[in-house]
Amino acid sequence: MDVLERYEPLIEDFDAFLAACDRPLPSVVRVNTIKTTVERARAALVETDLTVEPREWHDGLFALPGGNPGTNWPYVHGWLHGQEEVSALPARVLDPDPGERVWDACAAPGSKTTQLAALMDDTGRLVATDNNLGRISALRSNAERLGVTNVAVTHEDARNHSLKPFRAPETEPGSAGAPYDRALVDVPCSCEGTVRKNPDTLDEWTLDHVEGISGVQKGVLRRAVQATREGGTVVYSTCTFAPEENEAVLDYALDEEQCELVAFDIPLDSVPGVTEWQDETYDDSVRKAKRIYPHHNDTGGFFCAKLEVTG
Amino acid sequence: MSDEPGDQSPENVGARFDRLPATADERVVEGRPTRAEVLDWWDERFGVAPETFAAHTFWERGSGKIWAFADDVASPADIEGLGMAVLRTRREHWKPTLEAVQRFGDAAERNVVTLSREEARDFVAGEDQELDWDGDWGYLVVEHELAGEPEPLGVALYVHGELRSQVPKGRRRDL
Repeated sequence: MDVLERYEPLIEDFDAFLAACDRPLPSVVRVNTIKTTVERARAALVETDLTVEPREWHDGLFALPGGNPGTNWPYVHGWLHGQEEVSALPARVLDPDPGERVWDACAAPGSKTTQLAALMDDTGRLVATDNNLGRISALRSNAERLGVTNVAVTHEDARNHSLKPFRAPETEPGSAGAPYDRALVDVPCSCEGTVRKNPDTLDEWTLDHVEGISGVQKGVLRRAVQATREGGTVVYSTCTFAPEENEAVLDYALDEEQCELVAFDIPLDSVPGVTEWQDETYDDSVRKAKRIYPHHNDTGGFFCAKLEVTG
Repeated sequence: MSDEPGDQSPENVGARFDRLPATADERVVEGRPTRAEVLDWWDERFGVAPETFAAHTFWERGSGKIWAFADDVASPADIEGLGMAVLRTRREHWKPTLEAVQRFGDAAERNVVTLSREEARDFVAGEDQELDWDGDWGYLVVEHELAGEPEPLGVALYVHGELRSQVPKGRRRDL
């Protein structure tokens, strides 16, 4: 737990935080409303003799204590998707409407992509990008299993995402597609917040990795702001506690691109983003971001920020 | 409906998505199914009405593999995925995918076989089974009852009194 000690200055009830990080997480599934309703999925789980514990903050999110989420009838029908509870948050914060154009910048293996598709009623266009073909294969398999038809998958570095494949029919070859209404930037990160699920994750932690990946995160967030229309929404999220990967990335985007952080409410306990870390200070508006620690809601750790594109 | 005829090669290019022509008159690539043919096939084989796909565009990627996409973009689209693979048309008998049947199969009115829970378990495990069926031979929609209503589960091939599970290996489960 040496890695986590670096966050003691940020966290009020640090002992509760460490204790929560040590506890395993239950299996949680999200109901896929493209194929069924929450009521029918719940009835099917009960019919299969599984214990179902609804998570009150999110309709259609069920803990399955003792159950294997991948071997039951509703799963086989694509009614369920296994997903860490707190990772259902960013798609809800982005809150896309049916018919919109949405970009999921770091999409594989597709838990949040398929959640976005369901929020869009499987209409409009959801572009899902990843730079790893193996993970794209998992993304496509998940999307098909859940019956998603509004997703277009691209294999590229999200920092250089091209809108050219999405030009409208009857337009000039080489022209770009229209910008997005919303973008989800759920970036690769040091994953400290998943320690309850993958206790080994901290063994591989290095400051070099944190600093290196922070550069990638900045590049992806910049591209997302550029590719989103004025007045559109970008959500930035990670499953790490490291300010280098969270507030520092937001601070950079505020300097470099036309965007601002906006306040938002969530149905989970959280604390504001931090404006000081070691020798760094960040723009005061990063306080509008939310830090979710494992002891807050008995979930994994998470970071989530909402930005509006202003130019 | 191909918007850039000059851009279109006369043969199918496997690695990209090409929108299906609306009708045979607009066909450029020899042997490529048309949108009208795809809609007719779903209607004739399963009674799935053409309106079911009114909001979807159809695309070919890979030889004879047809995808349904809820939006539209310029054709060809050189990307990794565009909606969902719904149909294989390369062989004489067209074959729907498991995913298409689960998503659109509740609109099917014929060539649908309803299995008991026990039979459905064998089907999902990938096992073939003997079955009394006096309907057509060929690809059938398989359904069973879940949470009080019939629910499409996948695709089977019915021949010689045998219902052959077509559940792909990666989707099989021992329940």
